[in-house]
Amino acid sequence: MSPSPERIGKQEFSFFLNGEAVRVQALSMERLLDVLRMELGLTGAKEGCGEGECGSCSVLINGELVNSCLVPIAQVSGARVTTIEGLALHQKLHPLQEAFLECGGAQCGICTPGMILASVHLLDKHPKPTLEQIKDGLSGNLCRCTGYMQIFEAVRKAAYGESSR
Amino acid sequence: MGEAGLTERHIIGMAVPRKEGRDKVTGRARYVDDMTLPGMIYGATVRSTIPRGKIKKINFGQGIPWNELVVVSASDIPCKNCIALILEDQPCLADGVVNHPEEPILLLAHEDRYLLRKAVDAVTIEYEGLAALLVMEESESKKEIVWGADNVFKSYLIEKGDVDSVWENAAHIVEGEYRTGAQEQLYIENNGVIATYNAEAGVTVWGSLQCPYYVNKALMALFGLPEQEVRVVQMETGGAFGGKEEYPSMISAHAALLAKKSGRPVKIIYDRAEDMAATTKRHPSRTRHRTAVDANGKILGGEIEIVMDGGAYATLSSVVLSRGTIHAGGPYYWPHVRIRAKAVATNTPPHGAFRGFGAPQTIFAMERHMDRIARAVGVSPIEIRKRNFLKTGMTTITEQEIREEIDLGGLLDRAAGLSKYEEKKRDFNTAKNGQKKGMGIAAFLHGSGFTGSGERYLNSVVGVEGLVDGSVRVLVSSAEFGQGTNTVLCQVAAEELAIPYELVAIAQPDTTVVPNSGPTVASRTAMIVGKLVQAAARGLKQTLVGAGLLRETYTPGEFRAACQDFVSTHGELKSYSRYDAPPGIYWDDAKYKGEAYSAFAWAVYIAEVVVDPVTYGVSVEDFVALQEIGKVLHPLLAEGQITGGVAQAIGFALYEKIAWQGGRMANNQMTNYIMPTSVDLPLIRVFFEEKGNVHGAHGAKGIGELPMDGPAPAIVNAIEDAIRIRFDSIPVLPEDIFRATNMRPSA
Repeated sequence: MSPSPERIGKQEFSFFLNGEAVRVQALSMERLLDVLRMELGLTGAKEGCGEGECGSCSVLINGELVNSCLVPIAQVSGARVTTIEGLALHQKLHPLQEAFLECGGAQCGICTPGMILASVHLLDKHPKPTLEQIKDGLSGNLCRCTGYMQIFEAVRKAAYGESSR
Repeated sequence: MGEAGLTERHIIGMAVPRKEGRDKVTGRARYVDDMTLPGMIYGATVRSTIPRGKIKKINFGQGIPWNELVVVSASDIPCKNCIALILEDQPCLADGVVNHPEEPILLLAHEDRYLLRKAVDAVTIEYEGLAALLVMEESESKKEIVWGADNVFKSYLIEKGDVDSVWENAAHIVEGEYRTGAQEQLYIENNGVIATYNAEAGVTVWGSLQCPYYVNKALMALFGLPEQEVRVVQMETGGAFGGKEEYPSMISAHAALLAKKSGRPVKIIYDRAEDMAATTKRHPSRTRHRTAVDANGKILGGEIEIVMDGGAYATLSSVVLSRGTIHAGGPYYWPHVRIRAKAVATNTPPHGAFRGFGAPQTIFAMERHMDRIARAVGVSPIEIRKRNFLKTGMTTITEQEIREEIDLGGLLDRAAGLSKYEEKKRDFNTAKNGQKKGMGIAAFLHGSGFTGSGERYLNSVVGVEGLVDGSVRVLVSSAEFGQGTNTVLCQVAAEELAIPYELVAIAQPDTTVVPNSGPTVASRTAMIVGKLVQAAARGLKQTLVGAGLLRETYTPGEFRAACQDFVSTHGELKSYSRYDAPPGIYWDDAKYKGEAYSAFAWAVYIAEVVVDPVTYGVSVEDFVALQEIGKVLHPLLAEGQITGGVAQAIGFALYEKIAWQGGRMANNQMTNYIMPTSVDLPLIRVFFEEKGNVHGAHGAKGIGELPMDGPAPAIVNAIEDAIRIRFDSIPVLPEDIFRATNMRPSA
């Protein structure tokens, strides 16, 4: 948990969350992670370490990958925020979500939302990534279950339509 | 899947979709911190700051509205102040004395999480410090007695043959001492629970946990409640690795006490720093070998002495030590052996379950020692192992006869081929370009299920239920925490019932709904619980056939109709199956002799490493993991277990070091306790041999813990091959290599 935010009154912040305009009352130093989870009911982003090491709270702000445990809500005013909940369109999974399912990229699942968002960001920058680019792109997201191999496969599958197996 | 052909059995061995996979990739999976109850408040823990002492005074500091906080101390505990597990020595809340840093003393609750944190910081405790034992050697010296009569939680003696007779005929006597450090499980989801209490229904807990009935047992003792008034529900669990075997009983107890006192639901979620500092870790170990070998390198006999540091309370140390002891001889034939093992008390937080459960410690020692023996005899690491491997018909150190067909020499040859061991080793050893590369081998085994009579005592029960819509659900307390329990047990039931996998679901583990199928530990779920699911499913089918609703062969549609028919007539359709020990299994708990495990998985792992001459960092360049695990029930999940275990074990070998200060973990942050990231690992290449196992579901053996055992010795053997310096203690960090390289007398 973060240090106590300044005990000043709550303010209104507005931003675009998964494509929709939202307004939320919050203390300006509240963490985006807490606002998403506790005020907006989006619990897909997880707190793993609270210090920006594990990446399980990853979200995209204006397309950039960030640790939402390190971002005060004041900083996202007017920005576009994408969370795991915004990836699947209606019932149709994002190709990366499909690939994670198919390749075994999710085990316990706690790192998965952040890992998938990091993969989205990676494929935005490198649509046809090399293994080294995949490793680098995911190096801010820790997974303790998979040893990453099946996650790499999932990213390759989403990028190339087939995995290397 | 269409309906045609589904009575053909082909679900086992298929990579069917993970049952809860869709929820996990969409962020909908519900972990305990994702859950909120009306009126819920937050709980927190005030902990000891010293390793050992008497509590003299508790001060509630200024600036906190204490009348708004719920405060619980030991005196609020309704019945027994202990966390009931094997022994009842560990208090739920310290009462007058503390025995380790981070020991819980007071519990606080408030609806404002920020205020709560300030309140925890505002409590100061005055102690009268007592001398503390911080490492196992201090405990062994008995300079202070901090537990029982002699600081020893448990000791074992295994004697096979007459080891005193072997020394005089030995061509070589090889000695070594090997150490492994504590390791943090580092599941990405910290420990957490929500508890409610009311006078009629009793206690309910929702939590991140492995063993619902362990929590049930602990809360019954704490509150003095009957089983039906303690309900434990497992939420989606974000990794566990043993770290959520015993500790959830503690945090559940705390939340439940606060819920009782406040009359409101209470959530306790540890932050990373608290989780790392206060909860269990892998037992640090020291293993000494003294081995007599003949001129050809055949082991004549040996003595093995094992010490594990259990921390301040007994928790699971006796069983961790037991598994470590039984695995200490590795996959080798010992005509004569004496093993003395003990788990000792120190004033650190209790060490506990972690994947491998004692075996990674003693297998590290054994496999480092085999390389030392090879060097003493003058044969290769491959040859020394081949000359000593167990073969069918031989007996293990507990005098268990190996009845299954095994070919460990063949397994080793295959792994050597896959890794190009011989060619690479030759190239590396003769390289003139200054590169520091090496190859290392580890051969090992891992017993599946509880040790000895353990499964008989557990007496597990599972259920399979037919529902009114014609679908089926599996009723087990076995928990999913990434390893694939949900998927594999549904596969087993679907295969047995000859119905589509999609028609089978698994019930959320809830002690008011599912029977006690035992704890989710010990690589027992697929093999032992799976076999019970198979039997229960068979019983369900027989009920439908017996009722005249189903023929012996049927289509899935006919099954559904029969199921619907039965449920609408009789109200419910449930079939249960209870563990029945296989015949001919004999175990003597006093002498530690007999059938330790009904099956062993066998493996050979080979690591290729490079040591950087500038940074002294070690990278693993290639890793071959070959194992014989019986029938592979789900190839994708099985491979994921191996790659994940290998990665965790690479951390154990090369990265993960606890910095202890006064019995407390000082580096309790992910910033400075380093686990492998995506850029730190080699391609982990996984291979299986499938031989089948009569005691497991569809021939399965245990798999979850196996991959934790071999990588560390394989890697350290490879480091020695690369730089000709021996490391017998892990983790091996760059500074260790720097120190050893620069302290080495010049050649």
